[in-house]
Amino acid sequence: MTTSGVRAFARMVARADGRGGTALPILEGEGPLAPRRTRGSGGEARVMLVGAMGGPLGGDVFAVRAAVESGARLRVGSAAATIALPGQSKGAARYDVRLDVADGAELHWLPEQLISAQGSDLYVTTRVGLGAGARLVLREEQVLGRAGEQPGRLSSRLTVCVEGRTLLDQELACGPGAPGGWDGPAVLGGHRAVGQLVVVRPEFAWEPVAARVVGEGAAIMPLAGPAVLVSAVAADALRLRRVLDEALADLG
Amino acid sequence: MHLDHSHDTPSALGADARRPDGSRRALRIGLGGPVGSGKTATVAALCRALRQELSLAVVTNDIYTREDAEFLLREAVLPPERITAVETGACPHTAIRDDISANLEAVEDLEDEVGPLDLILVESGGDNLTATFSKGLVDAQIFVIDVAGGDDIPRKGGPGVTTADLLVVNKTDLAPYVGSDLGRMAADAKAQRAELPVVFQSLRTGDGVKDVAAWVRAQLAVWTA
Amino acid sequence: MSRAALLVLADGRFPAGGHAHSGGAEAAVRAGRITGGASLEEFCRGRLHTAGLVAASLAAAAVLGVRVGELDAAADARTPSPALRAVARKLGRQLMRAARATWPSDELDAVAREFPKGAHQPLVLGLAARAAGLGALDAAHCAAYESVSGPASAVVRLLSLDPFEATGVLARLAPEVDRVADRAVEAARGVVAEGVGVLPAASAPLLEIGAEGHAGWGVRLFAS
Repeated sequence: MTTSGVRAFARMVARADGRGGTALPILEGEGPLAPRRTRGSGGEARVMLVGAMGGPLGGDVFAVRAAVESGARLRVGSAAATIALPGQSKGAARYDVRLDVADGAELHWLPEQLISAQGSDLYVTTRVGLGAGARLVLREEQVLGRAGEQPGRLSSRLTVCVEGRTLLDQELACGPGAPGGWDGPAVLGGHRAVGQLVVVRPEFAWEPVAARVVGEGAAIMPLAGPAVLVSAVAADALRLRRVLDEALADLG
Repeated sequence: MHLDHSHDTPSALGADARRPDGSRRALRIGLGGPVGSGKTATVAALCRALRQELSLAVVTNDIYTREDAEFLLREAVLPPERITAVETGACPHTAIRDDISANLEAVEDLEDEVGPLDLILVESGGDNLTATFSKGLVDAQIFVIDVAGGDDIPRKGGPGVTTADLLVVNKTDLAPYVGSDLGRMAADAKAQRAELPVVFQSLRTGDGVKDVAAWVRAQLAVWTA
Repeated sequence: MSRAALLVLADGRFPAGGHAHSGGAEAAVRAGRITGGASLEEFCRGRLHTAGLVAASLAAAAVLGVRVGELDAAADARTPSPALRAVARKLGRQLMRAARATWPSDELDAVAREFPKGAHQPLVLGLAARAAGLGALDAAHCAAYESVSGPASAVVRLLSLDPFEATGVLARLAPEVDRVADRAVEAARGVVAEGVGVLPAASAPLLEIGAEGHAGWGVRLFAS
């Protein structure tokens, strides 16, 4: 892939500090991706991803790596929504997120929405690898277009593996140029906000969650392993967040 | 406790008389007929009449609900694990005749899960006079009509009336009220069916399902001979 | 290889249980998202490029000899709705029965033993195609076509839609079905080299969410 876009990379490692807390021996970022440690609570470290510039723009390549080592607890959010914008460079932008959660570690990955602005072209991949007994809450929200505008082209693939076994592999493609029917009655049906919440807990193996519908456009769906996916569509980002929050509260 | 044979040998393909482990499978009797003729009531009465002497189970094929299965559950004619509902995609005759795969799964699962069984009753969703069971699904079939549906049904014939192994004319107690001529129905049925048997029954009066139960016992005697 | 074997396998009357399923169309009709020919076409198009592409890729990969256990796990990961996973296995079991009776093969027998309660339908479709002497592209075509023909015939019953209109929808989608089948075979070849991780994972949120709602209905015409 040829690009003259921006390359940005952020990396963080969370490690149990031996006193019941979580240290961040590595916390670094370059370019538009700046991770900042914020005040944690209990044994949990908190990080906020701050976008120092706009983007990603066409041709940009962003990557984030987070590793949560055994016994550590990390919560990551972002300061604001990420907006995919059209760029000067040709080609799609890429945003790759790779998360590793070791045995007995816990990660809450709760960034703000990804907004696909008109004319943008972004390919997102999020891969999560978990060890035995690892815990995860991961939220992804895509908003198709800023208020009143057409969405850009967006593909987002989310893969979750527990102990090397892939429990979830889903890709959503939407916007101009996406395969036909993406906005039709089988896929998004005119909804402009779509989201996923993945919850992995070892106890789901012996206390399975029952599948159920939440509100108009969401369902809690136990996967073929100790994990649950909440899939939701909504008219806008606010309603989407509300239904995902409700589902998460429902899971306890 | 039964053995789960399906792990050893792939399950039987169609109407093979043997289960994969070589043992004889249950006799399967289908009950078909028009909507409201009393198929479910007959199945319920048969369960009550036979459940003490036989190990039996029921598969229902509802048109768009699980109502027939739920009626049987509510009436507690059999323990719930012995009743399975098959969904038919708005075409009950397809599920019992043209594409019997879901019904075959259902009867085999019942034998695996609550077996050994002597008898499985497969009830069709209410359908038209042409709906008959595939020989790949059942060993014998009963067609249930009723006097209130018109006393000309036997004369009109159709595959159900003509070829079913047993024709049941139900609700004979209503004949005087709906002006049906039982004598004429019997004569027409004889003309259509030659030597094939016909039973006139009322589940509300007299002997109820006794004659049909006797016919089922005779089928089973042949099956196990 | 007999080309007519493909017609046997793809025939809507092939007795493998499909007639009782609407492919999500019943839920979409109830929600008011399918109201006629045009919305049926958009529904089918969306299903084709998501669930249809995934199914076609699984079917093609099965023909190419990719291990069935791996494909089955990959199908699970691409089907978050437990209702749809159950349907896929149920239909897989029914298709397995029909395929074994139609094209007896040791391979089908072995997979039936490995998955007594059914493997995901698309990969059984691939194995059936293989047993019938068909190729990966045939199986992919069959799976892709099924992804749209099922909803189309269901909507004829659900909305009393003019059957000629439904058939017209399928004919208009035919070139896209071809492209999806080609893509699926390409992906399946990739799987042989790189593993099941490269299988397409195209998702349709409304199909998954709608299937969970539908599974809870007390009164419905179709099993899914």
